[in-house]
Amino acid sequence: MLPYLLIPVLPFVGFLVVGMFWPYFRGKGHWIAVPLIFASFFLSLKAFFDTLNGPSLHFVLYDWIHSGHFDVSISILIDHLTAIMLVMVTAVSALTHLYTVGYMKDDSGYDRFFAYISLFTFSMIMLLMSDNLLELFIFWEAVGFCSYVLIAHWYERKPSWVAANKAFIMNRVGDFGFLLGILLTYTTFGTLTYSEIFAKLPQHLHDTIRVLGAFNGLHASSVITVIALLLFVGAVGKSAQIPLHPWLPDAMEGPTPISALIHAATMVTAGIFMIARLSPIYNASPTALSVVAWTGALTAFVAATIALTQRDIKKIVAYSTMSQLGYMVMACGIGAYGAGIFHLLTHGFFKGLLFLAAGSVIHALAGEQDVFRMGGLGKIMKITFPTMLIGSLALSGIPPFAGFYSKDLILSMAFQDGMIGHVFWVIGVATALMTAFYSFRLIFMVFSGKERFSHDGHHGHAPHESPVVITIPLLCLAALAVVAGWLGERYDIIGYLAQDMTIPHAVGKPELSESALKTISVMAGVVGILIAFVMYGRPSELPQILARMFQPLFRFSQNKWYFDELYDLVFVRPTIFLSRLLWVEVDKGVIDTAVNGVASFCRFGGAAMRRIQTGQIQNYALVMALGLFGMVSLYLLIK
Amino acid sequence: MSFSAVNILGTMPEIYLTFFGCVLLILETIVPKEKRSWLGYFTILALVFAMIASIGLNGKGLPLYSGLYIIDPFSNFFKITIYVGAIITVLFSLPYLEQEDIHHGEYYAFILFSVVGMMVMVSAGDLITLFLGIELMSLCFYVLVGLKRESHRAVEASFKYFLLGAFSAAIFLFGISFLYGASGTETISGLAAFISNPGSLKPIVIAGMILTLVGFTFKVSAVPFHMWTPDVYEGAPTVVTGFMAAASKIAAFAVFLRVFWVAFSGNRHEWDILIVLISILSMAVGNVVALLQTNIKRMLAYSSIGHAGYALMALLLPNRESLFALLFYVFAYMFMTLGAFGIVLMMRKKGVEGEEISDFVGLHKRHPLAAFMMLIFMFSLAGIPPFGGFLAKFYIFYAVVHAGYVWLAVVGIIFAAIGAYYYLKVVMAMYMREPEESVEVHMTPMGKIGLALTAGTTLILGIYPAPFVEYIKSSLALFVP
Repeated sequence: MLPYLLIPVLPFVGFLVVGMFWPYFRGKGHWIAVPLIFASFFLSLKAFFDTLNGPSLHFVLYDWIHSGHFDVSISILIDHLTAIMLVMVTAVSALTHLYTVGYMKDDSGYDRFFAYISLFTFSMIMLLMSDNLLELFIFWEAVGFCSYVLIAHWYERKPSWVAANKAFIMNRVGDFGFLLGILLTYTTFGTLTYSEIFAKLPQHLHDTIRVLGAFNGLHASSVITVIALLLFVGAVGKSAQIPLHPWLPDAMEGPTPISALIHAATMVTAGIFMIARLSPIYNASPTALSVVAWTGALTAFVAATIALTQRDIKKIVAYSTMSQLGYMVMACGIGAYGAGIFHLLTHGFFKGLLFLAAGSVIHALAGEQDVFRMGGLGKIMKITFPTMLIGSLALSGIPPFAGFYSKDLILSMAFQDGMIGHVFWVIGVATALMTAFYSFRLIFMVFSGKERFSHDGHHGHAPHESPVVITIPLLCLAALAVVAGWLGERYDIIGYLAQDMTIPHAVGKPELSESALKTISVMAGVVGILIAFVMYGRPSELPQILARMFQPLFRFSQNKWYFDELYDLVFVRPTIFLSRLLWVEVDKGVIDTAVNGVASFCRFGGAAMRRIQTGQIQNYALVMALGLFGMVSLYLLIK
Repeated sequence: MSFSAVNILGTMPEIYLTFFGCVLLILETIVPKEKRSWLGYFTILALVFAMIASIGLNGKGLPLYSGLYIIDPFSNFFKITIYVGAIITVLFSLPYLEQEDIHHGEYYAFILFSVVGMMVMVSAGDLITLFLGIELMSLCFYVLVGLKRESHRAVEASFKYFLLGAFSAAIFLFGISFLYGASGTETISGLAAFISNPGSLKPIVIAGMILTLVGFTFKVSAVPFHMWTPDVYEGAPTVVTGFMAAASKIAAFAVFLRVFWVAFSGNRHEWDILIVLISILSMAVGNVVALLQTNIKRMLAYSSIGHAGYALMALLLPNRESLFALLFYVFAYMFMTLGAFGIVLMMRKKGVEGEEISDFVGLHKRHPLAAFMMLIFMFSLAGIPPFGGFLAKFYIFYAVVHAGYVWLAVVGIIFAAIGAYYYLKVVMAMYMREPEESVEVHMTPMGKIGLALTAGTTLILGIYPAPFVEYIKSSLALFVP
């Protein structure tokens, strides 16, 4: 038990030690945090191999809440799903820790940063290991909190804390639904432990609930569907699906290691993990599944269109993350949980790689993030360029890189899912094409062509390759981005994961052969890359001409479908107006007066009563005698 | 009356402590003045010895001396709590007495004798035995309060306490004589049997009940029999104040419980209204008057009046829940009160005690540890989670709501909210203002142990109360009203 317990405990120790004594570390915090997280990674590998051919591990650490019929224990559950996720999370986390040593050097909050990413890693590991919904929820919130403090790492800069607030508040909306889902789960099943919920599921398949009962609504809906949808609201927030997605691109204001670890590889995938973990509930509700699938497909498509026109290197990668998350959610929605998790894992590696490489570019240019002011870096950054190229090829789904295997699997599963599945397949292929295009737009803009950056603005020295602590994680992740997909295919990861997850319905026979489907999706990627080459690979006026020709569409994409403006108009402004009203009129006017009145009344009463305390003993005796007299007469009175 | 060795065996802890108290009186003449602290260590050893003896007797429900004396888990719980309180008091007194120049050997003997008095109280199975216990305890306290013989304030406090104590003792005895006259018995079980008879409620019995109630409310310092409390708490040496506020109140609540729940439970609706009234008055006077105090000992005295009000509410419905709530309350209350007084007595200002609230200003800068401990005690007294005081209040209000007095719980919570103000005032003074005067904190190793015990228990009671809850529940096993 101890080795498994140490997986979460080691990062937590790192957090405690660095977090409590960070003023004393003075930039040496990594000596504590980095070895601990690597140890945690090796223990995760051990846990993975222990569970590879065996049963899942389950320990109850202690009973946390034990009250009436409500029992919640803090426990560790390592089944196949958790084990493989653990390996990915700890691997990316360990490499990110290492990368941070170089990237955040000279930052004033260096040790604080290490404390928080250790805390984040701990929370994420516990989230994966939980065996009940409440434990999941606690660490779901904990990772959200860590994300908040890390986005706001440079809290002196306004965009940072604005973005942090946005992320926190948008997640709050999702978490509200999630919590409602947990409460409804408890009232329906009387338990929050996964295994017990799944065991009781068949008894409640036909239960109904009047959702709008409080408003005299009479429409009854299936409880399972309502639970599944409410829980999905949480996933929508956490995994940045439409309509709760705008926080994710803004979260790029945080330091780049955070973007790689939290906002690409791990935390944002928690929603997909949750759906896969609770797959029996989703399988029981076709309605919920189709909502999940459509949300995912829509997100994948919308995010890809937005990414086409962005200029900020990190935002491009962020929108590609959102788009890929949409893929995974869509995979879950069509019941291909295994494919979704497989894509989650490969995506964790290559997207972590892309972010870290982008960070390396930003580091080299001393903070420049606009791709239109880069270019020609391929000659200078001999390691960053090839690794980022590998990451982009993987993202574009070009064989034999990791993304090809998992993305292709999702697409072929979608194609086999009947008529609706064909629609998803078409959306998927279109998204894949756009993905390849914007990825290589980025590559060409940054690494080829003329140098468009100015030399003088960068501490007076030319752009340079990043130090070795930055490039080693890049190389490791690049290697993983190459082999992860092939390994998954070779060792049948789908069959491995299927031991823990059920599939909703039998998969039909595709009208097209496997190889034809593969060819089409690879072709989409290649075409995307070619278009990117034509437009950005060599000097041309084409982009400007196209932008002018499709002016409204271009604007629409560049302004991110006007989601932010819409939310500002519908939610933010009315809320601020209402809170100002409540503050000035109600709080200051009514409540403060009342509260101050009560306080002065109490003071006055105290002063009056204090006067009885004269210090004269005869008075004291008199009060006692009066008290006795009063008690007896009161008694006589009520008799 | 048959007399067997079992009786002696069952009262061994009391006998030990009496014996050790006498030994202390002799030792005092032998031990040189500069070695006086050895007497303190000896006292602690004696108390630990008695505690082991009491634990050895645990789990046995024995009526000794033909029912005059009861050894059961209930009384053992209170005895062990009182031992712990006494040990912490001695830990605090070692440096304090030295500084105040009142390090007399008889101090320790009186502590032990008063502990014996409390033990007799909590074990009494008969009203006369109970009275003996109360008097033994009170006589010791009269002396302890006036320990600073040359201090005007201390002598005044001692004298007031003595006179009013005698007054209340007279009322209490008067009540016992009424009850005896009506029922012909003064054992608690005999009274219970008598009162459960229908038609037994003659006015004379009611008068006896009210008079005994007055005696108890005096001891727990509930309104309107609280007048002595602020003056005595302020005048007495702080270490004695802490001991009085904690241990003697606990013993008084124990007998309150036993007499009212065992003997008078037959007609509890008769006295419910009185308890409600007394508890509301206590909460009101305690919390509201405390707002204006500038002396922290007086403030804590009023706060203890308020706390007596909360605790009394648990007497309203005799069942396991409220019984448990009351026991948990007094248990948590003892640690936080002792700890708060412990901090107060360590504050020194130019050779005298720093007992004004203004002396705490900026303590956080000068002595962060002491300030943090005080923060724990103040938060706990105010009933803020995650400290023991919060859970204690929670259990009390839970029991009150279950007894059907929802409105009373609301009143209690309102007063708790008012009370939070003056506790937080101390915290604010410590943390949010800059230090002005040169007040020092004298912490000795023994005092640190005492603070660690009190603060640690206060914290653990709030975070992981399960073992204490189990222990309290087990001590109620044989005591079912």
